[in-house]
Amino acid sequence: MLQYKTHSQKLNLIKNGKLSLTENVEYFRDSINKNADLNAFNFVFEEVVEESRKIEEKIHDGKYGKLAGMVIAVKDVLALKDKPLTCSSNILKKFKSIYTATAVQKLLDEDALIIGKTNCDEFAMGSSNENSARGVVKNPVNTEFVPGGSSGGSAAAVAAGLCDASLGTDTGGSIRQPASFCGIYGFKPTYGRVSRFGLTAFASSFDTIGPFARSVDDISLLLQVISGKDKYDSTSSDKEVPDFLSEYQNATKLKIGLPQEFFSDGLDPEIRDILYDYISKLKTDGFEIIDIHLPHHEYSIAAYYILTTAEASTNLARYDGVRYTTRSGKKDDLINMYTNTRSEGFGDEVKRRIMLGTYVLSAGYYDAYYAKAQKVRRLIQKDFFDAFEKVDVIITPTSPFTAFKLGEKTSDPLQMYLSDIYTTSANLAGIPGINVPVGSAGNGLPIGMQILANQFEELKLLRLSSYIESNYLKNEVV
Amino acid sequence: MNQKYEAVIGLEVHVQLLTKTKTFCGCRNKFGSPPNTNVCPVCMGHPGILPVLNKKVVEFAVLLGLATNCEINKRSIFARKNYFYPDLPKGWQTSQFELPICEHGFIDIVKSDGLEKRLGITRIHMEEDAGKLIHDQGTDSLIDLNRCGTPLLEIVSEPDMRSAEEAYLYLVKLKQIVTYLGICDGNMEEGSLRCDANVSIRLKGEKKLGTKTEVKNMNSFRNVEKAIEAEIDRQIDIIEDGGKIIQQTLLWDADSGDVKPMRSKEESHDYRYFPEPDLMPVLVNDDWRKSISESLPELPEHRKKRFIDKYKLPEYDAELLTAEKPVADFYEAVLNTTDDFKSASNWIMGDVLKIINERKIKIEDFPVSPENIGRLINLINEGLISSKIAKEVFPVLLDENKDPRTIVEEKSLLQISDDSFIEEVVGNILGNNMDQVKQYLDGKEKVIGFLVGQVMRETKGKANPAAVNKILKEKLEAFR
Ligand SMILES: [Zn+2]
Repeated sequence: MLQYKTHSQKLNLIKNGKLSLTENVEYFRDSINKNADLNAFNFVFEEVVEESRKIEEKIHDGKYGKLAGMVIAVKDVLALKDKPLTCSSNILKKFKSIYTATAVQKLLDEDALIIGKTNCDEFAMGSSNENSARGVVKNPVNTEFVPGGSSGGSAAAVAAGLCDASLGTDTGGSIRQPASFCGIYGFKPTYGRVSRFGLTAFASSFDTIGPFARSVDDISLLLQVISGKDKYDSTSSDKEVPDFLSEYQNATKLKIGLPQEFFSDGLDPEIRDILYDYISKLKTDGFEIIDIHLPHHEYSIAAYYILTTAEASTNLARYDGVRYTTRSGKKDDLINMYTNTRSEGFGDEVKRRIMLGTYVLSAGYYDAYYAKAQKVRRLIQKDFFDAFEKVDVIITPTSPFTAFKLGEKTSDPLQMYLSDIYTTSANLAGIPGINVPVGSAGNGLPIGMQILANQFEELKLLRLSSYIESNYLKNEVV
Repeated sequence: MNQKYEAVIGLEVHVQLLTKTKTFCGCRNKFGSPPNTNVCPVCMGHPGILPVLNKKVVEFAVLLGLATNCEINKRSIFARKNYFYPDLPKGWQTSQFELPICEHGFIDIVKSDGLEKRLGITRIHMEEDAGKLIHDQGTDSLIDLNRCGTPLLEIVSEPDMRSAEEAYLYLVKLKQIVTYLGICDGNMEEGSLRCDANVSIRLKGEKKLGTKTEVKNMNSFRNVEKAIEAEIDRQIDIIEDGGKIIQQTLLWDADSGDVKPMRSKEESHDYRYFPEPDLMPVLVNDDWRKSISESLPELPEHRKKRFIDKYKLPEYDAELLTAEKPVADFYEAVLNTTDDFKSASNWIMGDVLKIINERKIKIEDFPVSPENIGRLINLINEGLISSKIAKEVFPVLLDENKDPRTIVEEKSLLQISDDSFIEEVVGNILGNNMDQVKQYLDGKEKVIGFLVGQVMRETKGKANPAAVNKILKEKLEAFR
């Protein structure tokens, strides 16, 4: 068992000689091995034990980074120099990255220890981590259930205590939904807040990188470290990064919006009841609760799947067997080499999305699908901007249901896509969102609350999450 | 060309930009490096990479837009042009589609009949080049990605040209402009300037456009003219035979002098253009535009006018000297040492360009410095050597580029203006040619030319011709 809840507690333990970092790392490594059936990791880096000695020395010398000794796993779509980067796909089975993603480099610069790369849905496409060429990931709360996706491995690793924290990516809910299914915090920053350089693109205008952790304190710390303008990502924002870590505890009485469209049909009544419970507690504590509308919400899934598949269809064109991707063994001409390589290398869901995306960009269909979905995206964005004129944050369920059983939805892609019904709109609008683990359903599976704020207002999310964490959740987190 | 028809021609020209680095990464933009040495994860299209636009590319595009009278769009966007090919690592070419950086420009040409014509430019857009495939090294094809991601501008003309000559002149003018701007070296043979032509024909007076074909693979300016002529003739033959033109891409074959259809598999792409989400819109605000326009160098038309006004050159000379910027630069460098504008022009248009053409070299590599050309002209004007002697000094200069005065002194070629010496020679020549003297006295004054020639031969060309003439006439008159 871990003796600490947050990284700052861990650092103090190390400084006071009450915790050996190397033993801590070995403990994580052994836990990963013991929990091999979760299949949370694609790769574990043994050398991290050796590195931990150096970091431990640094800590004792008093010269160390903000994340010194924090043991972090990163989703296997993020580049780390000289390490495999498979995106849980057969097409990149043998690929090693020759450079490091900016977000990962920032962790390393602050003396974090990267313990391994986590399993995920292939190229981050999926909501259950069942679309992985490296096998399904199981939910540590109940291994008959999915951990959510696409960052299922990153969520399961943190929930099962296999590392201190992890990085995932969120294109339509891929951090928040698995955090909800596994009962931990998961944070999706504003689009542009964290550099995407080194994040294997699924949908470029949606993709974000964010942390999973077991406390708001650690979430704030990690967000602090990975945020900021990057000269290698033109879409990263030069907006000033607030001091999340020192400011998140200054709770203010925020105005909270409840969008009616997110609490209607299709939402598990158990989840609805628990969320309403918290909302009435917040109301009692003096938070103003306001009913709001996000009228274009019903189009979000459709717009999301048109735009993300369009971008994905071209982002994945580079995996063609010509250079670094695993080429089909069949000897043939160029066109058939492409066909064989991609047919053999990609899984079904990836193929489905490439085909869908290719279709919506095709001559004659572009206006009806892609151009129209772009208009819908702007309307959804405007709905949020209008709402944030009236309220500071919006509370919704993260998912309409708790984790489902392995295999339950694999035969029905449309049902699977609906798992993201409450999360995709944040990516369409480019706004930040967090999953707060607020309890469990009768079956023991975790329930998540999603809080959304306007672009670059991450601090409001951290403040409200921290308020809920410290006032209502003392005994409820894993 | 059959007089019943007129051709409608539009050109798509690609120019390679002379930036130090590539379009979206920090790799060097350099020709001739060993294969795959100017590459990085970005231009190799590795997973997770993102493009960062080289500002210089935008500045070059704006320069060309300003020089070709375009409107510069304050906001333009990049797009992905999607297709699979082994020289294209990302699976798309980053280009511009909707909202290019420059639109609605024009270029003026002067045709061989002396008539001026204005040819429209539809748009100029920025894009990146692909890599290169190498097929002649064993059984496998190899890929060199050094060129991948290097910057290009594509200049799309309006279908305003009505003959191959007009297309040729447009292209020459465009080359002149990009080289004057210093944004491209304009070398078609090496592929730094590439041109595709859209060609159709219609009956004269007809408003509707005919079906067009696209002609590619023309690697010289003259080949563009020849290929278009061949394609116009081919289309007329088809129509005259009652056939129909098929919309297709044709390849020019310089050896056979005709155009051949490309395999149909290689065309018919649906490029699925859509806005590039990894790049922000390109914003050219007034300040930036202003600072770029202030860096605009003098353009050929202006320079030609200045040569006529300032150096009093005939239009012919000014046109020829300004056709290529390095030649005009060389001319003005000669004027740093001499004030004889016209002689300097004559020397360059004559002897200098002759050697350059013979030796197939660039004027930048011409062995004689402009200073020494200027000094040579000055030696003539100071009466120290004759033009004839100057023509003897020139080949020596070509071998050893040194002060022509030194050469003249070393080879004792200084002109003789010593009257007593010339009088002596003239006396001898007249004594040996009494028949000619008689003819002169009989009124056949033309014979004096022969006598001058004899004197010059005797003095190995060094006698001052004016002095020889004067003394000859005096001595002949003395015989009367
Ligand atoms: Zn590069």
